[in-house]
Amino acid sequence: MTKKTVIEKIWENHVVSREEGKPDLLYIDLHLVHEVTSPQAFEGLRMNGRRVRRPDLTYATMDHNVPTINRHIVNDPISKTQMETLKQNCREFGIELADIDHPDQGIVHVIGPQLGLTQPGKTIVCGDSHTSTHGAFGALAFGIGTSEVEHVLATQTIWQKKPKTLQIKVNGKLGFGVQAKDIILAIIAKFGVNAGTGYVMEFTGEAIRSLSMEERMTICNMSIEAGARAGLVSPDVTTVEYLRGRRYAPQGEEFEKAAKTWLALASDEGAEYDKTLEIDTAEIEPQMTWGTNPSMGSGISGVVPSPDNFEREADKESVRHALEYMGLESGTKLTEIPVDYVFIGSCTNSRLSDLRAAAEVAKGRKVQDHVTAIVVPGSQTVKQQAEAEGLDQIFINAGFEWRESGCSMCLAMNDDIVPPGKRCASTSNRNFEGRQGSGARTHLVSPSMAAAAAVMGRFTDVRELAGVNQ
Amino acid sequence: MEPINQFTGTVCPINRANIDTDQIIPKQFLKRIERQGFGQFVFYNWRFDDDGNKREDFILNDPQFADSEILVAGENFGCGSSREHAPWALLDYGFRVIIAPSYADIFYNNSVKNGILAVKLTDEEVETLLQKSSTPGFKLHINLEEQSVSDDSGFKAHFDIDPYWKKMLLNGWDEISVTLTAEDRIRQFEERVYGKQYS
Ligand code: SF4
Repeated sequence: MTKKTVIEKIWENHVVSREEGKPDLLYIDLHLVHEVTSPQAFEGLRMNGRRVRRPDLTYATMDHNVPTINRHIVNDPISKTQMETLKQNCREFGIELADIDHPDQGIVHVIGPQLGLTQPGKTIVCGDSHTSTHGAFGALAFGIGTSEVEHVLATQTIWQKKPKTLQIKVNGKLGFGVQAKDIILAIIAKFGVNAGTGYVMEFTGEAIRSLSMEERMTICNMSIEAGARAGLVSPDVTTVEYLRGRRYAPQGEEFEKAAKTWLALASDEGAEYDKTLEIDTAEIEPQMTWGTNPSMGSGISGVVPSPDNFEREADKESVRHALEYMGLESGTKLTEIPVDYVFIGSCTNSRLSDLRAAAEVAKGRKVQDHVTAIVVPGSQTVKQQAEAEGLDQIFINAGFEWRESGCSMCLAMNDDIVPPGKRCASTSNRNFEGRQGSGARTHLVSPSMAAAAAVMGRFTDVRELAGVNQ
Repeated sequence: MEPINQFTGTVCPINRANIDTDQIIPKQFLKRIERQGFGQFVFYNWRFDDDGNKREDFILNDPQFADSEILVAGENFGCGSSREHAPWALLDYGFRVIIAPSYADIFYNNSVKNGILAVKLTDEEVETLLQKSSTPGFKLHINLEEQSVSDDSGFKAHFDIDPYWKKMLLNGWDEISVTLTAEDRIRQFEERVYGKQYS
């Protein structure tokens, strides 16, 4: 029998039609929907008199636009329309919706796994590029555009060219103070923002195996920032145990049966990949970005580079432009850069373990006076769990704001905006120009590094703060 | 979508790599629930300052380039978010063809599905075109059937494109209709895997 990767196994299980000279037609097991990328798709269905083929495999929530304080005051009338439109569309087409008042509401990539909708071996799509998050379960999960959303709603399938496979092997054990976010930032800094273009990535190696499901989600979440539409981790016992007892997961005997099938999906020993890249954890210290794409970053002990460090003219130009936008001088130590805002949240880092890591740093310390710091749990469930553990009190006592769940300052589509020229330590995934507000300057970091920046008022190597034990 | 085969248009160069979809259309404009009308917001933060005034130094604000129909840019064009608003905005502004050394996967798919031809040329060819097109009024001829890009002074380049995408673009097909012609296969798959009929 030929040895196969998890990617190939899932792919072959979902081919509906294969013809020479065409992409494969793949069946989709789970379609997640949110308010921003779906209205035009539903409108398309209506215009053509089409229905949703599998409402039972479709699940919707609202996250991008929702307010995180004063939950019911949506100041922007257009945001309001978008949320209303999703409600109507779900009603009209019979789709289950966790709307703003629902106890399951949250960021689409946080609630899918939490509810047990996300399972190994599934094909999962959503009109959102960070759908790669669900790959942590050994699912083939990728973001699609609105035309494709409409296509999946109407046919429950999608045309896809079989991707090439890329193995990213993370060797060694994680060092003290190093989090999953640092691994993925280091990978992107090392291999670049298009290392994965045209590929599906599988993360392998000792370091990955030892991670919890939430940590794996952080890593797969940012595969797209390395250019790969999907990134995944082979299912193992950690995966199975996470799913046991979740509401939408199989129950009882069915679960044991499913678990066997899931474990069998893991990449076969010796399976071949089109390309393999390796990174050693010894190279990875807590990371921070200094530029305007996620590859423009380095370990916290580094300095802001000079455009002259780069070989190609296009890169020199991008770096020059980035430093100008970020208001940074070459040669400045990263730990000398001050912060004005701190955002702990987003589908990358808003789960319970992320909040715990940040709270550990915040505990008994105070956010500097000139810093505005907000914590936005990824879902209502995460919020409740955190409150049950008293994390909210730790944050509030330290001077952080404790908010309702949503995408919030990750893309600043609601009222959570970083003002022009202000600098934000953010646990999100994109430091693009204007992402957190027009003229806002974003530095991507892990939750504990973000909390450290808040209490120190500047970027800080979290390993230097006393009492932090990870 | 509109079919596309032979196309001639004036060219606008934006010499940057990794132009992301947040730049092509900033998120404050994603809230509309229609597909049309996004062109006015394309590259908004590069075209306008915080007070909404035109930035003189951005090329699309130069009247000699403002009506361009072909965009030439650096590698990894369209990276970032999956927002289809990016190709909608480019198309609505008037760009029918983009030329770059490489594209982000989701953006490329989204473009084809809206009838935008995203041409991949080599780094050197793109470099040449970036230089040539810095002169206002520079025109390129695109021929999709032949898979070629040429100008009036001897530049000619061949590009590769997946035969399936090529057919979709040449015919301007609606993909859902194409798929529904294979509905019996979808039904067979559902019976086999889900043990049930859904249509
Ligand atoms: S948290 Fe940010 S990246 Fe994640 S889905 Fe929301 S907007 Fe997208």
